[in-house]
Amino acid sequence: MKKNIIISQTILMLTVVLTLAASSPAKLNVVATTADFGAIARELGDDLVIVSILAKPTEDAHFVDAKPSYIVKLAHADVLIEGGAELEMGWLPPLIDGARNSKIELGRPGRVRCAESLALLEVPTTLDRSMGDIHALGNPHFMTDPVNARLAAERIGAVFATVDQQNAVTYRERLAAFTKRLDEKLAVWQKQFEPFKDRQVVAYHNSWPYFANRFGIKIDLFLEPKPGIPPTPAHLADMVTRMKAERIEVILVEPYQNRKTAEKVSAETGAVIVDFAQYPGGVKGAEGGYIELMGYLVNTLVTALKNSETSKEQKK
Amino acid sequence: MKTALYRLLAMLVILVPITSSAADEAISTNTLEELRQLRLRTEALERKVSEAAPAAPTAPVMTLARAGNAYMNISFDVLADAGWSSTPDVNTIQPGGHDPSQRGFSIPNAELALDGAVDPYLKGFANIVFKMDTDEETQLELEEAYALSSSLPVGLQVKAGRFFAEFGRQNNQHPHAWSFVDQPLILNRMFGEDGLRQNGARLSWLAPTENYTEFMLGVFNGQGEDAYSFRYTGAAGTDGVDRVYGHATTARNLNGVGDFLFVPRLASSFEMTDAQTLVLGASAALGPNDTGENTRTLIYGVDAFWKWKPSNAEAGWPFVTWQTEVLGRNFEAGEDSAAGLPAETLQDWGLYSQVQWGFIRRWVLGLRGEYVTGNKSASEDATTERGTDERISPNITWYPTEFSKLRLQYNHEWREYAENGDAVWVQLEFMLGAHAAHKF
Repeated sequence: MKKNIIISQTILMLTVVLTLAASSPAKLNVVATTADFGAIARELGDDLVIVSILAKPTEDAHFVDAKPSYIVKLAHADVLIEGGAELEMGWLPPLIDGARNSKIELGRPGRVRCAESLALLEVPTTLDRSMGDIHALGNPHFMTDPVNARLAAERIGAVFATVDQQNAVTYRERLAAFTKRLDEKLAVWQKQFEPFKDRQVVAYHNSWPYFANRFGIKIDLFLEPKPGIPPTPAHLADMVTRMKAERIEVILVEPYQNRKTAEKVSAETGAVIVDFAQYPGGVKGAEGGYIELMGYLVNTLVTALKNSETSKEQKK
Repeated sequence: MKTALYRLLAMLVILVPITSSAADEAISTNTLEELRQLRLRTEALERKVSEAAPAAPTAPVMTLARAGNAYMNISFDVLADAGWSSTPDVNTIQPGGHDPSQRGFSIPNAELALDGAVDPYLKGFANIVFKMDTDEETQLELEEAYALSSSLPVGLQVKAGRFFAEFGRQNNQHPHAWSFVDQPLILNRMFGEDGLRQNGARLSWLAPTENYTEFMLGVFNGQGEDAYSFRYTGAAGTDGVDRVYGHATTARNLNGVGDFLFVPRLASSFEMTDAQTLVLGASAALGPNDTGENTRTLIYGVDAFWKWKPSNAEAGWPFVTWQTEVLGRNFEAGEDSAAGLPAETLQDWGLYSQVQWGFIRRWVLGLRGEYVTGNKSASEDATTERGTDERISPNITWYPTEFSKLRLQYNHEWREYAENGDAVWVQLEFMLGAHAAHKF
């Protein structure tokens, strides 16, 4: 008899504990592969989500180590936000296998592949690796265009509202505020670039076609001879000649790229090196959210173009 | 009351399609007209656009759904070795099944790898290996073929089929992932030339802890050459009797749960800083062997892997890794009265420790030191086969891309019961198709 009472009391206590645990307002666990998605998730989720970002903002997102600690983060994730255009293919699949989390399986609402909601540039017509490290689905650096970032944000906001329905209204409001702010900024940024239409800029790697398209400039010359292949002396000599002949005066370099190579080219051509980053926090001055990053990129590049010899001559 | 409700429901069910089909007709005429109007407008717009921007070269735009439509990843990876060794009997100093097998050129491994999602519940993996022997005859081997559960509840995961046992760090890596041309001696001494690889199943549990901790338990048949220290009858000597370490063997069947080979493993990782990660593991393999009716083998090991890579590394460079495994074995050999051998316990242990330094993009310097030893046995064969050997191997590797590499390695080996050995090898790797993602 006494035993029965103890058992029933234990069951009662367990039930109370479990109910409490289940009903406590848990924050949404969000994992983003890169800091651009992470920043947007933070913007939309704010106090309602906990965001973990896998790749460091200074890291080359093609070559991230699949650290076991990332498996733990993914195992606890309610939502995983990835680019999904092969940028993470070298390290994300084994992490997802290891995480064994049904919430982030392909096809589930918790798995957000941002590339799916937009059209990618530079989709190769033939797949041939003698052309360097090209991606079958197209250029994966799509978040450098604010319009794509807007589409990604809409996708992320919709997913948050689906997965955490209690707060759906809040997510939608924040999304509306974010896109409004982004649209306003975009108009300003485009205006800033207007005087520099079709101006040529050199980049270390082909990470900026979306940015160039949006702002009407050209970033289609690279220090790398082919995507993923380190610069060769012959190719650099070619580039120096071209840059001198075509009066190209700006080189974009990202935190993980070899700045010394760019410095050599800069010394020979007089071109200015502009520190660029695809991810918030990647360079000093570009901390904060996505809009802050894009604002920084636009301002630094516009300043560099303004100070270039070409612009000075045009003024005279 | 209830029947009335049912009737109402039934009427609704019948009525809804009728009313909706009537509505459909009304809508369809309207819709058609609207569609026609829309088409006209679109055509007009298209004409305007093409007039405004004649033959503007636009970048090809394709949606993901059209581009990514393969059901599985396929890759083919080839290792080609060339080199020279102090002894023409290369196998005596390079005992691994995917080591260089002869002076001159060898193809120790050409591997077809397939993987993909089977359905929403399983992923499938297969590795089919083409291995060339010293007569340049190709052997075909189903190296691995297994299914992996996608997402079982409470952190569980099941793997089933044929696969490398998760013992230590290197045993379940494929040759192209190795940092050296050859396998560590201690792995060959414990697991034979091909590693511990069996038909079986493995259950894994990811602990709900802050840092990564995974517990795995593999259950295997534990038979044949790929379970070298377990139910393996060995090779026949001149007298036609199968022996392992001098002791005659009899093939034992599975007669109970205790006859399976069990491989438990615990692994845990620690983020020391943003740039440094340490993974520690402990493994064991327990099962019967064929030298007696109740003879058993126990292999145990600990392993460590540490990596430093700054968070602004270019294409993965620079980096430093350190990898070490220490293994020990108790092999109960049964009495062999015909050969005059008593029942005895053969004890072996050994280790390897290796450092890889990616000092500049594309280039990696490596150094590996090894030590293996075994106790004296009543059988002379077993003693000389398990002597104290040491090996040192410096190497340098050049990676043009992640799809190919060129490696130069020198080995010097000090051997207790045989002449010291030297060897120089060049290895070329090239990979076609999908590049499998790197595990840490």
